[in-house]
Amino acid sequence: MNVLVLAEHDGQHLNPITLHAITAAQFWQAPVHVLVAGNALDSLVDSLSDIIGVTKVIKAEASHLTTPLAEDIANLIVSISTDYQVILAAHSSFSRNTLPRVAALLDVAMISDALEIKADQTYVRSIYAGNILTHIQSQDTQQVLTVHSSHYIAASTHGGKAQISSATVPSAFHKTRWISTKHAQSDRPALNSAKVVVSGGRSLGSAENFEKILSPLASKLNAAIGATRAAVDAGYAPNDLQVGQTGIVVAPELYIAVGISGAVQHTYGMKDSRIVVAINQDPDAPIFQVADYGLVADLFTAIPAITVAIK
Amino acid sequence: MKILVAVKRVVDYNVKVRINGDASDVATDGVKMGINPFDENAIEAALQLKEQGKASEIIAVSLGTNANQDVLRHALAMGADRAILVESDSKLQPLAVAKLLQAIVAQEQPSLILLGKQAIDDDAGQTGQMLAALLDYPQATFASHLQLENNELLVTREVDGGTEMLALNLPAVVTADLRLNDPRFVKLPNLMMARKKQITTLNAADLGVETASRLTLIKVAEPEARKAGMMVTSVEQLLRQLRDHEGINL
Repeated sequence: MNVLVLAEHDGQHLNPITLHAITAAQFWQAPVHVLVAGNALDSLVDSLSDIIGVTKVIKAEASHLTTPLAEDIANLIVSISTDYQVILAAHSSFSRNTLPRVAALLDVAMISDALEIKADQTYVRSIYAGNILTHIQSQDTQQVLTVHSSHYIAASTHGGKAQISSATVPSAFHKTRWISTKHAQSDRPALNSAKVVVSGGRSLGSAENFEKILSPLASKLNAAIGATRAAVDAGYAPNDLQVGQTGIVVAPELYIAVGISGAVQHTYGMKDSRIVVAINQDPDAPIFQVADYGLVADLFTAIPAITVAIK
Repeated sequence: MKILVAVKRVVDYNVKVRINGDASDVATDGVKMGINPFDENAIEAALQLKEQGKASEIIAVSLGTNANQDVLRHALAMGADRAILVESDSKLQPLAVAKLLQAIVAQEQPSLILLGKQAIDDDAGQTGQMLAALLDYPQATFASHLQLENNELLVTREVDGGTEMLALNLPAVVTADLRLNDPRFVKLPNLMMARKKQITTLNAADLGVETASRLTLIKVAEPEARKAGMMVTSVEQLLRQLRDHEGINL
């Protein structure tokens, strides 16, 4: 038996969350194959073959995979699936879109966002926005899952020597057409892999304040900027900055929560951070219950003061 | 054009759920239930397409017990034309739900199937994609904008780091994100009128679908809470703690 990991990338660079999925895949103590789908993938395939813990890199190249659709990736995975007892990926919008489609085509249940993999096809995952943990056992012979990447360390990117092979790509799914992808333009590190995250809530009061207060601090810390759903809904920040149950889950070294009350839907997305700092004017804000350091202060004076005081 | 909207009955989003006495499951007896919030976005999207003259009929479907009548009445009060309740005694997991919906699609032949992008109870986020796979239909998940033009559905999707736009041939499956729209409030007269609308009840067993659980729930537990740390009284003290005690280079 083998384990298949679906690589996530932008055509040039591997998304670091894939390295965490490769570590999770070692659980089965079986050969780990990484599937990379796209077009003109040679340099990406080279770097993948250098990752420790990867036995084989399977390259699937086709022009229609340049901007991959869930339909095409699912058909590709299903076409090679008989070799695999386990098919997994890091939990992300890409894998959440694709792997349920794979599971249904294989007629198996899917385990989304596994926090822990245990013996006998048993997994721990959270429900109700992280309020409850469930232990579930799969009755299927084939396992399809996404893993919570912050619960697994990243595999080393140098020293491996995986074989490289090519997969035959099924013909394109013609009923869906990719039109465009808009990536938020930012010089900041990616939210889901940044070492420091500065997040803002609705207390910032406006899009102008959100930018004016948080940007200088984030720049000094080389931090990614995050936001609560309330701040996104109010139009202070774009949706791709949303941290939480329905947004991105982060686990940085340092998470600075600015004017964030601390709804469970938000804390779901940041509670694995190593150190949480919360700054809020309301001493009763629930965010202080999950913060390592809490400061009751007016964010409009405290954040500029912190920004000035750091190097 | 017919639109099918799937709605799930879940524990109300304001309720803090607890585990039951023997830690075998979540305690839901006597807990306030309601429609899954993302499914309200799906209904609203269908209503807006109908108001634009692009859809002729909206059918709401829910799977579960007789108690699911309440979420179907809610969908009808929002403006759905009729409803289907598929009754089942078993706990339906996403794959089983997708198969039952596939059977309903075979009966109703809708051009568009709308669902919420995930349910706030199991947080699985799988059903729409599974349904699209079983039907071999195009899919667009996490939709934040929809536009129907020349029999093609243009969908903006929220993805990590930005947005993506796709064009789908119909019939298609779309799952709604919260930013797709602001679901309308249900007014009392609409609730009264919804009582007159038709709910057809079917039995899951009659649909010829295998719905057994593939994932066995072994136990539930409360997650280890993150411990509250210390309160600091000044920016200086905060930075001193981070530098001296946490080794953060600031």
